[in-house]
Amino acid sequence: MKLSATTLTASLLVSVIGILLVIPMMLQWERPPMESAQWGFRGTGMEHTVNPRLAAKVKAANPLPTPDDPVPNDGVLVKDDKENYKNVQVLGDLDTAQFNRLMGAITLWVAPQEGDNAGCAYCHNVENMASDEVYTKVVARRMLQMTRTINSTYKTHVAGTGVTCYTCHRGQPVPANIWYTNPGPRQAGGMAASRDGQNLAGQPVPAFASLPYDPFTPLISKPGEAIRVQATTALPGNTGSDFKKTETTYALMMHMSTALGVNCTFCHNSRAFSNWEQSRPQRVTAWHGIQMVRDINANYISSLSGVFPANRKGPMGDVYKTNCATCHNGVNKPLYGFSMAKSYPELSVPNP
Amino acid sequence: MAMLSFEKKYRVRGGTLIGGDLFDFWAGPFYVGFFGVLTAFFAVLGTALIVYGAAIGGTWNLWQINIAPPDLSYGLALAPLKQGGLWQIITVCATGAFVSWALREVEICRKLGIGLHVPVAFSFAILAYVTLEIIRPFLLGAWGHGFPYGIISHLDWVSNVGYQYLHFHYNPAHMIAITLFFTCTLALAMHGGLVLSATNPAKGEPVKTAEHENSFFRDHIGYSIGTLGIHRLGLFLALGAVFFSAVCIVISGPFWTRGWPEWWNWWLDLPVWPRAG
Repeated sequence: MKLSATTLTASLLVSVIGILLVIPMMLQWERPPMESAQWGFRGTGMEHTVNPRLAAKVKAANPLPTPDDPVPNDGVLVKDDKENYKNVQVLGDLDTAQFNRLMGAITLWVAPQEGDNAGCAYCHNVENMASDEVYTKVVARRMLQMTRTINSTYKTHVAGTGVTCYTCHRGQPVPANIWYTNPGPRQAGGMAASRDGQNLAGQPVPAFASLPYDPFTPLISKPGEAIRVQATTALPGNTGSDFKKTETTYALMMHMSTALGVNCTFCHNSRAFSNWEQSRPQRVTAWHGIQMVRDINANYISSLSGVFPANRKGPMGDVYKTNCATCHNGVNKPLYGFSMAKSYPELSVPNP
Repeated sequence: MAMLSFEKKYRVRGGTLIGGDLFDFWAGPFYVGFFGVLTAFFAVLGTALIVYGAAIGGTWNLWQINIAPPDLSYGLALAPLKQGGLWQIITVCATGAFVSWALREVEICRKLGIGLHVPVAFSFAILAYVTLEIIRPFLLGAWGHGFPYGIISHLDWVSNVGYQYLHFHYNPAHMIAITLFFTCTLALAMHGGLVLSATNPAKGEPVKTAEHENSFFRDHIGYSIGTLGIHRLGLFLALGAVFFSAVCIVISGPFWTRGWPEWWNWWLDLPVWPRAG
């Protein structure tokens, strides 16, 4: 068979394009050996296979902090030293030594950077520490109350480990993983006017699937109804759900999986997603986590809407809020279960 | 049992792979052979062990009988009989029975002097099973990664393993396999329909031949693959489907641990796109 020059050129061109596409496709594959964890009875497929090389990267991105050494009490409570401590609304019951130790810690946790508006000055007017004129001080006060609420009333989620500012902030004024209402990209008009909040490539939130990219606004922005989309009978019955709700829920669930570095079977036995008896105990912890996140998003963060400036808000004007990744950062127990809060017991006192 | 005209000539000794004349005879219509005996041995032993597993498993409900592989903690070692050891022996028996059956097919092909297409095709099915129960568990370092023996339990395993990768339908090899499976049924339906249409003409019409079949598809879609070609195509589609099924599971875990949707980011990561803001 004789090949014409055109055919030859065409096949060469196709081959070159093919190879150029296949190379990046191939480069991303992983390789054994892997490490596996078993999460259910043998043979149920409730397992987790982890690439130790990728796990090492996650570990490097989640360095364990060193708590400050304990300091002896001064024997004077903040609220009793009116001369030096004014306008202390939340931490007044602390010994002044503990108060100053905590202030130093918060600085390192949230704004350790050098500069004019960093360190103490990130929240305080250093000429007048009592002043509320810097908005971040008002936010920080509410965050202290939030931390106490989390550690004292949501033990069902944070257990004895608890959280500190560092759990989310990691030395950054704004935690790395936050969310705001995502309107998606600008759309064309006419029939292409709406993508219905889904089918967008490269979205880390539904774990790069075509599912809705903002499951947070409907599901975890404020306390609300239970997320129930699964049939509770062997054959699908009327669950009161629909495609849209189900896909939004799955998007949230895939966010939870990636935020915790796990898969669906960390909590669920997929033979009966809704069945609590067949689920792992972690699902109970996660359920309380959903209630906790809804509570703090509505009552501790969105309630500061009037305080935050525009550069701390999303394009729809809502403040940066929390989801599972905010604390977890890709690890099923934030900071691998290391309890920073134990070294700062004042953060686990119930709010009055 | 009636014999076809050529069978007397073909039913002679020889053509065996091993064992010479050992078991080189027929039982009724069935060729026995060394591998026939081996198949029977493995099949009977394996089935008996499954029945034993069911007997100690707590239920005779056919749907719920479950013989599970060992815990992952046993790694690639042997496990006690009641903690997955049974599953391990049954897996050996099943693999032995399947491979023996394929080799028995080879011996029959050799006696008949025909090609090895059937045993080759069956080998793909064996490959899929061996990939699931031996190759992938081996690559992941524990027999516990195999699927359990049980009607419902193996389906539950499939479901959970799928959800380990968040959304298994994004697995590229799974996509190819599904496409080939569907195309395979499409081809079989069209081929079956075409042959039956030619052999079931209208009342009073003579039975038609391959020329009519070819003409139908030429008129219909401009091309007929032909009487032999359709069988090549069918075999290709079927074997491709099974092959990519094996690929789709062996890459899940040993060669990819994240959600499958994320795999497609290679397209977004191509260096040809303009960088975002």
